[in-house]
Amino acid sequence: MHPARKQRLILLVLLVALSSAAVGFVTYAMRNNINYFYAPSAFAAGDVPFDRRIRAGGCVVPDSVQRAPDSLEVRFALTDGEADLEVMYDKLLPDLFAEGEAAVVTGVLMRDGTVRADQVLAKHDENYTPPEVADSMGENASCADGAKL
Amino acid sequence: MGRSRLAWEWFHRLGSPRWFYHKTGAWLPWLALASLVLLAVGSAWGLGFAPQDAKQGNSYRIIYIHVPAAFLALAGYYIMAVSGAIGLIWKMKLSFVVMRAAAPIGAALTFIALFTGALWGKPTWGTYWVWDARITSMLILLLLYIGVLALSRAFSREQVGDRACALLALVGTVNIPIIYKSVDWWFTLHQPASIKLTQSNSIDPSMFYPLLTMIAGFYCFYAWTLIAHTRSLVLQREWRTQWVQQALGEGS
Repeated sequence: MHPARKQRLILLVLLVALSSAAVGFVTYAMRNNINYFYAPSAFAAGDVPFDRRIRAGGCVVPDSVQRAPDSLEVRFALTDGEADLEVMYDKLLPDLFAEGEAAVVTGVLMRDGTVRADQVLAKHDENYTPPEVADSMGENASCADGAKL
Repeated sequence: MGRSRLAWEWFHRLGSPRWFYHKTGAWLPWLALASLVLLAVGSAWGLGFAPQDAKQGNSYRIIYIHVPAAFLALAGYYIMAVSGAIGLIWKMKLSFVVMRAAAPIGAALTFIALFTGALWGKPTWGTYWVWDARITSMLILLLLYIGVLALSRAFSREQVGDRACALLALVGTVNIPIIYKSVDWWFTLHQPASIKLTQSNSIDPSMFYPLLTMIAGFYCFYAWTLIAHTRSLVLQREWRTQWVQQALGEGS
């Protein structure tokens, strides 16, 4: 290779490597802010501030959804397999919200350890299956074990 | 030895705008045919014949546009950045033209991926937009493409613009692995990838094959539009030369 071309190649490789390293350090330093939500175990560990808008994500614990008979008020628990988090919500839930499916809620952590949510989003998984196949597999809930978010 | 020399000769000849223009004219109808057939078959298969999803019903079908567009938006960025690098290292004019041609196509594909993602998000997640790592890094990709487009028109001297665009494109390459791995590195609302290189896919084969057809169709469509756009930029750049006058004379 011609020496001048080789020099330009080395300079460009350095440019890409150094700019990538810079961006890499920034994203590493900001990793907690890049996470879209806290997992329930972060709440259990006391890493989540009170009285500020925060997001929590996890698997809706099967049989934990309790609806009030006379209002939209609903309570449910989120889990990441290590800890559970109680959530209260009083608006319409998205269609794909279900027990055993993941959800991301936005709200405020109250002093009693529950989250009063003003938004609930359904986090669907990456599995696509025809209904017949899903029925024959029996297991329909995607994160019933709560491990994978 | 003989073969590698032949390869280098081809590489250098490809660097000549004139050779490129004459060589690629015959490819266009075939690429156009392949992309139209694949896209027609893939859309009909995906929208009409692939089964519903057990949870998402019919709304998952936007995957047949969303995923191929996102795929090519990412791959196209590497094509743009590598073309810029080749241009800088070998001072190859044509390479810069390919880089410039890739910018608007990539921007359009990124926009399509973001737009179809928003349409998909409303019925499934419950919102059009969230600022999670996947969606935000994809928005940064759109801004990078638009940045290259803007830079390419910002200089009165073409060579200065070529170099500035190539440097911006190369610095931006760091964003591509970030987009790709964002769903694994951080908690995001966006689900992880369904098409996996090392493990089995988490999308049923009856839904996967039409998706694969659409991805192939998008690749052909990308090649078609990139070559066609490069050819028109070559004519604009070289319009003073005799061969362009001749080529245009034959055409009219």
